[in-house]
Amino acid sequence: MSWLGPQEWEAVRLSLRVAAWATLISLPLGLLTAHALARWRFPGRQILNGLVHLPLVLPPVVTGYLLLLAFGTQGPFGRVLEAMGAGVAFRWTGAVLAAAVMAFPLMVRAMRLSIEAVDPKLEQAAATLGASRVWIFLTITLPLVLPGIVTGAILTFAKAMGEFGATITFVSNIPGQTQTLPSAVYAFLQVPGGEGAAMRLVLISIAVAMGALALSEVLARRIARRIGQA
Amino acid sequence: MLDIAVRHRFSGFNLDAAFTAPAGLTALFGRSGSGKTTLVNAVAGLIRPDAGRATVGGATLFDTSAGTWQPPHRRQIGYVFQEGRLFPHLTVRQNLGYSRLFPSRKSDAAEFDRVVALLGLGSLLERRPGALSGGEKQRVAVGRALLSRPRLLLMDEPLAALDDARKAEILPWIERLRDETDLPILYVSHSVAEVARLATTVVLLEKGSVIRSGPAEEMLAEPALAPAFGVRHAGALVAGRVIAQHDDGITELAIASGPLFLPRVDVPLGTELRVRIAAQDVILASGRPEGLSALNILPVEVLAVRQGAGPGVMVQLGAGSDRLLARITRRSAEALSLTPGTRCHAIVKSVSVAPADIGGDGPA
Repeated sequence: MSWLGPQEWEAVRLSLRVAAWATLISLPLGLLTAHALARWRFPGRQILNGLVHLPLVLPPVVTGYLLLLAFGTQGPFGRVLEAMGAGVAFRWTGAVLAAAVMAFPLMVRAMRLSIEAVDPKLEQAAATLGASRVWIFLTITLPLVLPGIVTGAILTFAKAMGEFGATITFVSNIPGQTQTLPSAVYAFLQVPGGEGAAMRLVLISIAVAMGALALSEVLARRIARRIGQA
Repeated sequence: MLDIAVRHRFSGFNLDAAFTAPAGLTALFGRSGSGKTTLVNAVAGLIRPDAGRATVGGATLFDTSAGTWQPPHRRQIGYVFQEGRLFPHLTVRQNLGYSRLFPSRKSDAAEFDRVVALLGLGSLLERRPGALSGGEKQRVAVGRALLSRPRLLLMDEPLAALDDARKAEILPWIERLRDETDLPILYVSHSVAEVARLATTVVLLEKGSVIRSGPAEEMLAEPALAPAFGVRHAGALVAGRVIAQHDDGITELAIASGPLFLPRVDVPLGTELRVRIAAQDVILASGRPEGLSALNILPVEVLAVRQGAGPGVMVQLGAGSDRLLARITRRSAEALSLTPGTRCHAIVKSVSVAPADIGGDGPA
């Protein structure tokens, strides 16, 4: 991609990597959380629900600062991770964490809605046919919530590609380390003559976002048709 | 054989019931809210009753005094739900084969072929549930339950969600199931017509308690139980359309096998009517009798002769696609040598208009 400068190309690659990892990590956690919120009744359910949704309503800079307090080199979790050699502060892995936290509510919402749409009576029917809870989840619930999982994953990926506030607060804006695509746009706009580079990145942003939305539509529709719900 | 005794308390409702379901089809009969579905769900393990125990063929399903509880997936009990509950993401073949995933519930290929043939599912196998009619869905649901190697089959109003035509389509399959397999069936119903046609044993449930249980012929023919059945004693239901109002106060109804005359019913021509023909109001004759005061003499074919414990037998008759019941003495049945396939004439002494709720739907 000769029309992109090395710093721009670096930012795009980093963003793709951060978004992919953020999505992968959130998938199992998101599914577990969504399932718990949709199906289980336990003390603290409302608190969990609130915590999950907090990043959606808090200013991103606040979320970023809280992450810094917890996972920074002096934070309680940060110190443990640093000791293990897996520190995240000011590293690309920190950008993954920030993006995952910010996108988590979107993923959980999408999955929870589709889990709630699965009739528990189908799960009862599976039990009478010999399926244990684990088998019921694997053979009935999971295939039926697949559209929600796909939608959630794609939304997470798109959101992670675009995350800015929490990322820049938590891991700063270091080219090649933590300068994701939006951070790079911001950086280019701060220097004279950077508009051209910023505009190229903006176009890439738009393309990725539109592509993700279109893909999620197509996939969700195809799966829905396959499982006979459309 | 199923043996169950449970106590269970809901908000404002107490279930305290015990009964035994022998081989054959046991109908759990009662009005809605009498606790039928709760009982069946307790058998299946979908609810945990407050107290009680149940066994199937000697194996304990649960026993609260001993603290035993088998989870539903270990009970080996087939369950046909009112709404079918087919898995929408699987084809009919995959739905039928679902229990193959579990070693203790795996049936072999020969059994699969046998059930597919028994229920006429051959042409549906590659379809998905969304592309099936209501009646087809229920047949698949029955097949799926049968293929899970059940020790007992539960059916919770499997026809309630179907219209009359679909009901008529399914009923013969359930009859075959009852007659051609030795699987005990517990069948929940609030329809006398269904019970009369299907049940070998009837358990009468009212407000959470078993009032009485016994062989179907006796239960339906038992005058003492008439209040519990409402006005619905033993007898068949026949549906027809009003085609004439005669000047002499007679209403003429077109039923499947021809005209049926009854005392004036004040409804417009074309109205769909359901009438009840009480079993004791039907007399059978081998030849077509002449010079009788009865208005209705229907050519019929004997479908089944069910022996009760007493001197009476219940004869199931086919009149076109309609089914009639006649309660006659065993002596008469022998004198007329009534066996399935015998053609004779049914003299109907009286026909009454059924209450609206008999048989599910349709105006009366």
